Amino acid sequence: MAETANGTFQRTIAALVQDRPGVLARIAGLFRRRGFNIASLAVGRSERPGLSRMTFVVEGPEEVVRQVAAQLDRLIDVVEVHDITEQNIVWRELALIKVRANAGKRGEILELANIFRVNVIDIGVESLTMEISGGRQKIDSLIELLRKFGLEEVIRTGRVATLRGTLVEGEDDGLFQSDASKSTYTLPTATGESGSV
Amino acid sequence: MLKHLTGSEIVCEALIKEGVSVVFGIPGGAILPLYGVLSKYPALRHILTRHEQGAAHAADGYARSTGTVGVAFATSGPGATNLVTGLATAMMDSVPMVAITGQVGRAAIGTDAFQEADITGVTMPVTKHNYLVMRADDLGRTVHEAFHIARTGRPGPVLIDIPKDVFIEMGEYDPDEPIDLPGYSVPGMADEAQIDAAAALINQAERPVILAGHGVVLSRSFDELRELAEKAQIPVVTTLLGISSFPEDHVLSTGFPGMHGMAYASLAIDEADLIINFGSRFDDRIVGDAQRFSTGSKKIHVDIDPAEINKTIHVEAPVVGNIKDVFGQLLPKVKKTTRVEWLQHVEHLKAEHPSLRIPESDRLMGQHVVKALSDVTKGDAIITTGVGQHQMWAAQHYQFKNANSWLSSGGAGTMGYEVPSAIGAQVGNPDKLVWSICGDGGFQMTMMELATVVENRLPIKYAIMNNNHLGMITQWQSFFYDGDYQAETYTGNPDFVKLAEAYGIKGIRVTSQDELESAIREANAHEGPVVVDFVIEKVDDLYPMIPVGQSIEELIEDPN
Repeated sequence: MAETANGTFQRTIAALVQDRPGVLARIAGLFRRRGFNIASLAVGRSERPGLSRMTFVVEGPEEVVRQVAAQLDRLIDVVEVHDITEQNIVWRELALIKVRANAGKRGEILELANIFRVNVIDIGVESLTMEISGGRQKIDSLIELLRKFGLEEVIRTGRVATLRGTLVEGEDDGLFQSDASKSTYTLPTATGESGSV
Repeated sequence: MLKHLTGSEIVCEALIKEGVSVVFGIPGGAILPLYGVLSKYPALRHILTRHEQGAAHAADGYARSTGTVGVAFATSGPGATNLVTGLATAMMDSVPMVAITGQVGRAAIGTDAFQEADITGVTMPVTKHNYLVMRADDLGRTVHEAFHIARTGRPGPVLIDIPKDVFIEMGEYDPDEPIDLPGYSVPGMADEAQIDAAAALINQAERPVILAGHGVVLSRSFDELRELAEKAQIPVVTTLLGISSFPEDHVLSTGFPGMHGMAYASLAIDEADLIINFGSRFDDRIVGDAQRFSTGSKKIHVDIDPAEINKTIHVEAPVVGNIKDVFGQLLPKVKKTTRVEWLQHVEHLKAEHPSLRIPESDRLMGQHVVKALSDVTKGDAIITTGVGQHQMWAAQHYQFKNANSWLSSGGAGTMGYEVPSAIGAQVGNPDKLVWSICGDGGFQMTMMELATVVENRLPIKYAIMNNNHLGMITQWQSFFYDGDYQAETYTGNPDFVKLAEAYGIKGIRVTSQDELESAIREANAHEGPVVVDFVIEKVDDLYPMIPVGQSIEELIEDPN
């Protein structure tokens, strides 16, 4: 379990829930009254009709966040829940980053975009928007590097995660695709969280 | 066989199919269509309470005392919100209940219509599950799902909110339609590895103690508990809600522990090398300071709810399963032993820390009343209580003879529970003697239900422990607020005898110890309901006491 900078702990929970009105309210209410703090939450329809997948990242004191999955499982509308923190998982997060970019800076920014293999999805006279997906560290790194140009907007989806299909160790957290992993770029020190455990 | 019925008829037919014979409730505009068909279903006896909280507590008392699901009806808006305390009480104590509320018509939902309240939103935290049913076609399945959820697994209250026009709408009801709850499973037998680990700990232990909680009562595992305790010679401590799950005259019976429990029970837990918890959630009134709770012991925690494992107390051996099944799995693996030394020590603790001193006073004290009730009824009555000093005296001094004869709001601590829960208990057990031990504070929170008692000719005996004070409040203000008494004195109490008589109920006043037994006998002999006004002394010293959040080291035994 990852300890965050402020001494609390993070856990990643994957749940399959009924796609019904009020389900999110039930879950949010449970989190509120049990003192679980949601660091991120991603929801979407799953491959099974009538069911949605949710991926939560929860933060809090260790003994509190350890109870999250068990408490979620008590909800009738939660069909399956797994605390996948200590399992072999792969996770990704998507971010849209709008950064100030006039003609003079655009080349440098595009070079960064290239290294990170991100898509530039919109370009204007004074700004450009890029789409990045990967682990938290990769996104944090890019945001840090772009900060000096002036961040206009950062929109993050929160983490989605799944168990790995094989027991072979994969990429660390999706920072680079296999060919880009030869890059000499090193990560800024983050909080020790890793995409595969 | 598919039936084409109105929503109201579907509800009634589904209730009858679930075995419901009694509902407690109050009508109102949005639920009138349901009341409009009740005359067609004489199998459903409706008991009209005077407040929806009373309906909820009566359903709760009915459920606890009969082991079936209690049912309450209420209308939309204030009718529904008045149920909330009753639902919260049932939720905290895992009591199976189904509440059916009327809602404004579908088109009016979300418009702040007259008597509209978002009751599913309001009751999410105090129900095991709830529903807003928007089609009559869904009603039958929903009612059956609600009963399944309420009574299985860890029981609890379920609320079904039904818009007025859904009651009126025609719909299909298939009584044989299977319920579809993919997110709900009911634990039965425990994992064999967990059983083996628990059995090994029990067989190795030198100083084991059983902590029997409400789960033993809810699963009706009284015989199994006794068999295990006797086979392995293990002292049995019952939690407040576990009271009456083990015969109190049994040599292994070791009282109830915690804040106002018997000192010897808390000491036995503290000195044990193994705690075997059957269906208790290690509540803070038992545990106090979790860091200092029975530090020398290993713990086995048997619970049907996996979320209770390691919630407050770390345990070495979790066992998740239905307690009755778990007893069946454990019994053959637990060795027959004698354990002479430990049992002698526990007897020594009982002798050294009697805890249950009846005050040697000429005045009438709460303990005298409960002791006399216990003696005269020979421990054979169903007892309901409110919350406070009178509840603790009842728990300490009534010698329960029968399993499941103790109804008290343990988790929620709901004052006022005593009056209507007795109604549910008496309705569910018409041939049994029901004594409701009330505080004068709690009694006045729900005493309007005396009208319900009269209307239904229920021979309930109400014992008001009347000291014109919120006794537990005076005690806390004395101990923890430097005796700065605030808002604890009731100077406006009515004459409870006259009040009873105003309802046509027999009223008796008792002011001295001499009158106790004859008054209780007179009440028992009276065919109808009785209110006995026991005028007792106000005291600030309900002992023993472990102050909140503390441990056995801070135990205050009776200094007198």
